[in-house]
Amino acid sequence: MLQGWVIAVTSFAYLGLLFAIAYYADKRADAGRSLIANPYIYALSLAVYATAWTFYGSVGRAASDGVGFLPIYIGPTLMIALWWLVMRKVLRISKENRITSLADFIASRYGKSALLGGVVTVIAVVGILPYISLQLKAVSNSFTIVLQYPEIVMPAKVGAIPILQDTALWAALILALFTILFGTRHLYSAEHHEGMVAAIAFESLVKLLAFLAVGVFVTFGIYDGFGDVFSRAASDGALRPLLTPLEGLAGGYASWVWLTVLSMLAIMFLPRQFQVTVIENTDERHLNKAIWLFPLYMLAINVFVLPIAFGGRLHFPDGTVDADTFVLTLPMAEKQEWLALLVFIGGLSAATGMVIVETIALSTMVCNDLVMPVLLRMRSLRLNERADLTGLLLGIRRGSILLILLLGFLYFRLAGEAYALVSIGLISFAAVAQFAPAALGGIFWKGGTRRGALAGLVADFAVWFYTLLLPALARSGWLPLGLLEQGPFGIELLKPLQLFGLSGLDQITHAMLWSMLANLGAYVLVSLLDSPSAEEHRQASLFVDVFKRSGDAAVARFWRGTASASDLHNLLTRFLGAEAADDAFRGYARRKGVRWPEQPLTADAEFVHHVETQLAGAIGAASARIMVASAVKEEALTLEEVRKILDEASQVVMYSHRLEQKSRELEAASTELRAANERLKELDRMKDDFISTVSHELRTPLTSIRAFTEILHDNPDLAVAERARFLSIVIKETERLTRLINQILDLAKLESGSAEWHVTRVDLRELVSDALSGMSQVFTEKGIQVVAHLPDHVAPVSADLDRVIQVLLNLLSNAVKFCDPAQGRIEVTLADTGDWVRVDVRDNGPGIAAADRKIIFEKFRQAGDTLTDKPQGTGLGLPISRQIVEHLGGRLWVESRPGAGACFSFTLPALRQATAPAATAAAAT
Amino acid sequence: MGETERKGPRMIALCMLGCVLFNFPILALFNVPSTLFGVPLLYAYLFLAWALLIALMAWVVERRE
Repeated sequence: MLQGWVIAVTSFAYLGLLFAIAYYADKRADAGRSLIANPYIYALSLAVYATAWTFYGSVGRAASDGVGFLPIYIGPTLMIALWWLVMRKVLRISKENRITSLADFIASRYGKSALLGGVVTVIAVVGILPYISLQLKAVSNSFTIVLQYPEIVMPAKVGAIPILQDTALWAALILALFTILFGTRHLYSAEHHEGMVAAIAFESLVKLLAFLAVGVFVTFGIYDGFGDVFSRAASDGALRPLLTPLEGLAGGYASWVWLTVLSMLAIMFLPRQFQVTVIENTDERHLNKAIWLFPLYMLAINVFVLPIAFGGRLHFPDGTVDADTFVLTLPMAEKQEWLALLVFIGGLSAATGMVIVETIALSTMVCNDLVMPVLLRMRSLRLNERADLTGLLLGIRRGSILLILLLGFLYFRLAGEAYALVSIGLISFAAVAQFAPAALGGIFWKGGTRRGALAGLVADFAVWFYTLLLPALARSGWLPLGLLEQGPFGIELLKPLQLFGLSGLDQITHAMLWSMLANLGAYVLVSLLDSPSAEEHRQASLFVDVFKRSGDAAVARFWRGTASASDLHNLLTRFLGAEAADDAFRGYARRKGVRWPEQPLTADAEFVHHVETQLAGAIGAASARIMVASAVKEEALTLEEVRKILDEASQVVMYSHRLEQKSRELEAASTELRAANERLKELDRMKDDFISTVSHELRTPLTSIRAFTEILHDNPDLAVAERARFLSIVIKETERLTRLINQILDLAKLESGSAEWHVTRVDLRELVSDALSGMSQVFTEKGIQVVAHLPDHVAPVSADLDRVIQVLLNLLSNAVKFCDPAQGRIEVTLADTGDWVRVDVRDNGPGIAAADRKIIFEKFRQAGDTLTDKPQGTGLGLPISRQIVEHLGGRLWVESRPGAGACFSFTLPALRQATAPAATAAAAT
Repeated sequence: MGETERKGPRMIALCMLGCVLFNFPILALFNVPSTLFGVPLLYAYLFLAWALLIALMAWVVERRE
């Protein structure tokens, strides 16, 4: 039996646990070891999106609409896919400008306009009230129901109970107290409420676990798995239409789409979502994990919604039990008291999480963007002369938290009964969706102006109020129902639910359509006609181009005036307290390398901007602007000057891009030069080598000629036979010398490109046979067997006949020199491979070692040890041959294995009929 | 920034994929009285497509290049 005191004690124990977690997290944060600075806590804290509405209301909606509740979670998933672009930008902007709330964000974008901040605040507060009342309703209803255990009794109508006995009032007061303890311990609102975030993350876990527990219990405990629930629902006449439910929805697919769009905007612009996503974010990179973890959370918490809804409908077929309470009443009906208690705690965590974050966010707005700007402008209050304003600021925040919760309770008493949970929540969604044009337009479109944003918001709010809030009040009996049925003053066209005769849509779709139209239209139209002030122009540029420039210095260029450091210090002390002011000064001094307070700080533009940003972190951009302006003497910049600064800035960016490009080009050029220099040095070295090698090669035959001629000269009486032998040696060496000089000249000509080429059509079959028959004498002398494989036909090549013969003779004489001395065998193969004609000359000599295969193509280099072996040629034949073949567009190479002979091959490009003339012409040049 | 610049367009593409998957013509294909393992086809489709989209988002965002 669940007694009242058990429930009360459990609830307070749970709240106490939350407070302990928050306290611990705050302590850790003070010690510099943040508990919340990790992406998982961040993702869990985003799940504050799932409120009591999700916890109880999704099932309620599913029981009547089937999947109608899903767009509320699928929409955010789609939006989060865009976060990579949108939210990273919002985060960066907010960090650089120390944004404290959504109102602050919009006000700051449009020239730090206090009026705009105030309007946003009013819309947010009025718009969110139904949502807060929904949480109160959920808490008080679930408490009332669980108190009746084991009976299942629906709570009485709200009006039936006196105010003081209404649990919702007590829930509101307890939550207000709790939020005040949580959220207003520190003043500095741009810094993080670490304790609150830790508690919220914990609450997200609790509500998920509680919901999954009920889901598993209903699906697998009461029924026999998903299939069982659905098949039983399918055999129930009343439930069957829900199984293909979209046709039956009011508005059908249109309603589905609008709900998706609405939720996409809500995930960005609900004040509590902005609070946890933007203000409480400790590191931009946490977004990466949150982008998929948070949608995963939403998926998980929705998996069991449909089984519970169908299970509830099957279990309570007579309709006496409100579908919004199935999550709680199903375990109660099955006598699972502990599960029921867990569910109650889960619902409590969902509601408290939402209320805490939402009221903190709203109270920051009310304080910074509504109350403070007004108070600061009222000279009679002499606030400027008060020494310490921190107490006042905290007082305003605490007061507004209490006020907001009491207003939420009031709405609950006034209108809470007319709708189911989901519909109440949707009214709030529609209210915050109004911020989308001003906020999203503000970060991507520089043209949006303050008056445009103001016009859009006001128009939208009017339509929202008329089409959503008025009907809610009318249905609750506070306004005549005739207003809805006949229109105001009987004017049919102005009926709030069918504005201008637009019918056939459900209420939310209808309202969204008109209000978005009004908002976007007014925002764009007025912005286009308007001319922005200098301040607006500057802020627009800072927001839209946040990724292009950053840092105080860039912003400070927009400020001109005189200030004193001590005035600024006083200002900070009054709003932040002495300690925080000193911290801010020290931080700035450290960055500038000044030892403050021993050395004075110069109050230049950058410093004033720093102070203003610090101040904005506490009291919002608009109020900070007013305060700084009162403490320093400024010269206002004209619009022209701001434009000039912006142009200069973009020119500087352009110049620096160009400079970068030039320096990259220079770098590339100098690398090239260095490489060329290396190459030249190498060539120089090669030339020296060449000359010394050439002189060496020339000296060898010269020396022997000289030696033999000296012998002949000194010994006139030499025998005739001996004389003839010596003379023949001299002749042979002279020939060698001539050949060597010819080859050197030849190579020089080839390398310098001044050789003459007589390119004609050459048939390699003929050429090979000619070369072989020309050398047949040599082959016979040395007893070498020559085998020629010549196909019947090969494609002609365009080449210089004499040069190709030179190559072939060179290869053949090499083969003769190196082939097996006893059983020499040379194979010559001619082949047509399509694009190429190829000639192989294969010998059966000792082969060429792998290391030598490369160097034999270098000048004066021969395989084998040149010191001990007698050189068998000039060492220029192969280099010349390779030059020739490559000049003709072919390739010359060797394949060999030591001991298995060598095969020299060269290819020449084949002349095909079609391309023959062109190729000939090209080769001839 | 190279990686950042590549992820942006991919995430936009995923958002557009989601908009197609959860919208009229495709949704209507599954809005028929048929079941998958006992679960009405539309419900099974919505949750599976949703899970797929989340998996793709995780893949794009967490991938290191």
